[in-house]
Amino acid sequence: MMRSVAVRKAKNHLMTALMLAATAAVLIPLGLIFFHIVKMGLSSLNPDFFTNIPKPTGETGGGMANGMMGSFVMIAMASLIGLPVGILGAIYLAEFGGGRTSTAIRFAADVLSGTPSIITGMVAYTLLVVPLKGFSALAGSVALAMIMIPIVLRTTEEQLKMVPGSLREASLALGVPLWRTSLKVTLRSALSGVMTGVLLAVARVAGETAPLLFTALGNQFWGKSLTQPMAALPLQIFNFAISPYEDWHRLAWAGALVLVTVMFALSITARYFGSSREKA
Amino acid sequence: MSTSITELAVQSATTTEHEAPAKRWNGDRVFRYVTTFFALSILAILGLMLVEMTSESLPAIRKFGVKFLTSSDWDAVQEVFGALPYLYGSVVSSVLALLLATPLSIGAAIFITEICPKRVGKLIAPLVELLAAIPSVIYGLWGVLVMAPWLQSTVQPFLIERFGFLPFFQGAPYGVSMLAAVFILMIMVVPIITSITREVLLAVPSSQKEAAIALGATRWETIKIAILPYGKSGILGAAILGLGRAVGETMAVTMVIGNSPQISLSLLSPAYTMPSVIANEFAEATAKLHGAALMEVGLILLVVTLVINALARLLIWSVSRSANGGAA
Repeated sequence: MMRSVAVRKAKNHLMTALMLAATAAVLIPLGLIFFHIVKMGLSSLNPDFFTNIPKPTGETGGGMANGMMGSFVMIAMASLIGLPVGILGAIYLAEFGGGRTSTAIRFAADVLSGTPSIITGMVAYTLLVVPLKGFSALAGSVALAMIMIPIVLRTTEEQLKMVPGSLREASLALGVPLWRTSLKVTLRSALSGVMTGVLLAVARVAGETAPLLFTALGNQFWGKSLTQPMAALPLQIFNFAISPYEDWHRLAWAGALVLVTVMFALSITARYFGSSREKA
Repeated sequence: MSTSITELAVQSATTTEHEAPAKRWNGDRVFRYVTTFFALSILAILGLMLVEMTSESLPAIRKFGVKFLTSSDWDAVQEVFGALPYLYGSVVSSVLALLLATPLSIGAAIFITEICPKRVGKLIAPLVELLAAIPSVIYGLWGVLVMAPWLQSTVQPFLIERFGFLPFFQGAPYGVSMLAAVFILMIMVVPIITSITREVLLAVPSSQKEAAIALGATRWETIKIAILPYGKSGILGAAILGLGRAVGETMAVTMVIGNSPQISLSLLSPAYTMPSVIANEFAEATAKLHGAALMEVGLILLVVTLVINALARLLIWSVSRSANGGAA
């Protein structure tokens, strides 16, 4: 049964239009979100935001300086814990991977990166908050590190595998032991690609809120020590957004603008590293 | 090929060593042990998660058994816990969001890869990926301060007026509701499904397309008979991955769903999900049984998302593997 050409052409146009509509339906809400963040964020952002801590309810002004500081500290700590694990684990997969263990590790990493982040918060709670008898920045950092590890592992492995085998063979043929070849030749020549993965992982955890809810908990003031509750930018955005106060909503929008800007900057830097590698 | 040559090189480097065999042997051995240790830590994390969550939820499992899944009494004071409203809320919100998001994402992915000019596609694709990276708390902020008021003032009154005879659109327009959660989840998973589907479609060999075109197929027919069947399991994997994300999504849903543990057919009434109840109650759950009950909710969530993700990964892996095999 051959349908007429006119019908087939009409159907072709109809489907094309539908797919155009689908694309518009995908982009419009996302465009709106972006528009509101920029509009509301810009009108609420002022120097105070970067230097002050939140004011008590009822007083206007205040900022999220403690949240930004806390986020920075916890991301740095999480990177300190997560990056070595992720990168060294990736070296194992790239150098010795091939057996069943490696497949299991890759699979576990992929599955882990899809686990709800609130679960890592619960696990960090039972591992650190309960034994240490209190919410702490340390527990928050560990929760974030657990999210970073699988991402760094997988991206790093992919980058290491892209290093030409001839490069490694040349090094091995010169009598350089495997571990030096691995670190000084393979890892080094994949460095910009590895950086891309690291930056993307940092960008991912920078926006994480759920794992901090019952680990770092949040703090209205400056966090003084790693064993104390600490504020974080995403936590503050959450708490202020669901509050009934107009003034806090404004701070939340400003915080959202700052967070999105930082994340986009990280993503674009990551892309820059990635593309400079492709050119080389 | 190259790996086997490398292995040979490694073997000869380690076996034909004359000067200081012991020393080099050790360096490589330590290196291997250290990297193995860190690689295995991934499995350890996964195992630790399962063990910790299970052991912490044991009191609730022992006390309530299967009733935990079928009862909807959740009372921290009486220490009676049944998670049915949360299960219901999670299933309904994520399945509806996925039903809305999947066709849109596939349409958009096809449009980006096959229909629009290459230059436009190259502009949209990274944009979509960037949007997939926006933190959920920001979707939630927009959802609760912009979308929910709009739903309350415009969409929900319209639905009540026109479709109020249906059980799905009854009740008062609250703004924060199951409907809001469905919408925000849809907006959040669309970039994920779109970007993975795009990658799957890009992996379709052009010979498939060319064959269809040579048979005189229109563009839509080419997509239908050559591209979509080839990418079928990959697209299914993308959708399941989106489902996993929607089920585990915490912040944005917590902010817009209204957090009311009721089971109602109406999409306009507030509801509750598994991650939301954890987010709202866990930090304050001082009673042991309350904490254990929340842990059990978390355990259910963990197991469900593990299964969903494992399924999605297997599907996507099978596609990329066969695509790689075809290229080699």
